[in-house]
Amino acid sequence: MQALKAVYRRELLAYFQTPLAYVFLAVFAFAAPAFAFYVGRFFDTNRADLAPLFDYLPWLLIILMPALAMRSWAEERDRGTLEFLMALPIPLWASTGGKFLAAWTLAAAALALTFPMWIAVNYLGSPDNAAIATGYFGAFLLAGAYLALGQALSATTSNQVVAFVLGTGACFAITLAGLPFVFSALGDAASASIAEFIADLSALERYNAFGRGVIELRDVIYFLGLIAASLAAAAVLIAERRGGGR
Amino acid sequence: MLVADHLIKDFGTHRAVDDVSFSLKSGEVLGFLGPNGAGKTTTMRMLAGCLEPDIGIASIAGHNCVQDRLAAQSRLGYLPEGAPSYPAMTPRSFVEFGLRARGFTGQLLASALETALERARLGDTARQPIATLSKGYKRRAALAAAIAHDPDVLILDEPTDGLDPNQKDGVRALILEMAQTKAIIISTHILDEVPAVCSRAMIIDAGRIRFDGTPDQMIRKGGDGTIETAFRSLTQSVKAAEDAA
Repeated sequence: MQALKAVYRRELLAYFQTPLAYVFLAVFAFAAPAFAFYVGRFFDTNRADLAPLFDYLPWLLIILMPALAMRSWAEERDRGTLEFLMALPIPLWASTGGKFLAAWTLAAAALALTFPMWIAVNYLGSPDNAAIATGYFGAFLLAGAYLALGQALSATTSNQVVAFVLGTGACFAITLAGLPFVFSALGDAASASIAEFIADLSALERYNAFGRGVIELRDVIYFLGLIAASLAAAAVLIAERRGGGR
Repeated sequence: MLVADHLIKDFGTHRAVDDVSFSLKSGEVLGFLGPNGAGKTTTMRMLAGCLEPDIGIASIAGHNCVQDRLAAQSRLGYLPEGAPSYPAMTPRSFVEFGLRARGFTGQLLASALETALERARLGDTARQPIATLSKGYKRRAALAAAIAHDPDVLILDEPTDGLDPNQKDGVRALILEMAQTKAIIISTHILDEVPAVCSRAMIIDAGRIRFDGTPDQMIRKGGDGTIETAFRSLTQSVKAAEDAA
């Protein structure tokens, strides 16, 4: 646990020792309300809720979370510091977990920057605050899933741009899987059971349930499972490097 | 303290390390020599637990570097080739990270940190971002991280590469200072370093050990009393045999 704390601390500091954290937080603080106001037509809906924000958050997270995760292993490999890390007496779960939790903390801070909108809807009307809270919880889990996927793909390359492109592609794939046009297209090409299985993998459908104020245990397990599986994949990919291409 | 037992490592069809065996006791400083691509770094990476041998066993203080990696690495200080470090960190925070990852906290952490920074003679640069430091200071920062936890075994891959003569003297003095109580391997292309710091010299070429003895015994192999000639004769004979084959 000491090792996990050390890696977490280093990673979190590393975000703030470069402009990365500041740029990320500034872009998020500007883009999330911008989506809600201009695309989601926040005021035109005449409803006291944050649906315009939550509806567009996944599309923002698809871009920003892989941007946050791309450096996690690709940068270590590129700079040679992976060898320093691998020579430390720390288990791989600690370095993988520490890196993930640091990025997730930054994602949570970014989500917290949209809280003024929550305060605003309370000022303007009487929203269902419990539903908004579950919406935030869903967004937090979705951000975690995207970050973990991004980290796993970052472990496949020493090039951060490649890691970003792969991460964004993977996040798109698990998000789009639940959209009706994908489902119907799959329905034409594949058997119904396969199409349903792929739709079941969709992060978007499960995320939307949180936005409606519904917390289903299976949805929470889905997101936590996706995070755990992606981090395990990252750890396996890094552990493989000890084999030296054996 | 350190054992390499019939280590073999292949990369594709290329055999980088071919049946390398040796052991090192506390108090010994081994100069690990060889031409580029001879297998020095691969051997050291296997001993450091960064790379698993295909065949053979590497162990540190009785702990297998693969099966009991964490215990082996807790007794080891390793300076990888090129002395990599995190450019945005200061040497102080870099060394502190290594110590925290090793479980150091509180007063123990503070005293180990101060001792390492002092031993590596980092001075005021300890609080500057590593990216802004000269090559010599970057190397010292990585060296400080390698020695901070006072390990029993030190593996230093080209610790004096890129340092000016004064800095080289400083690192050599530090190695000699630590040599009494540790088993140390240093790889180097600076042959003068071997008689100055090492109690033992080993030459590896084409993945195999070509010489293992004292620096004096190695010098005698050259015929003209210089270590450079000895190195050339011990490594070029391999190349000539390979060319003939």
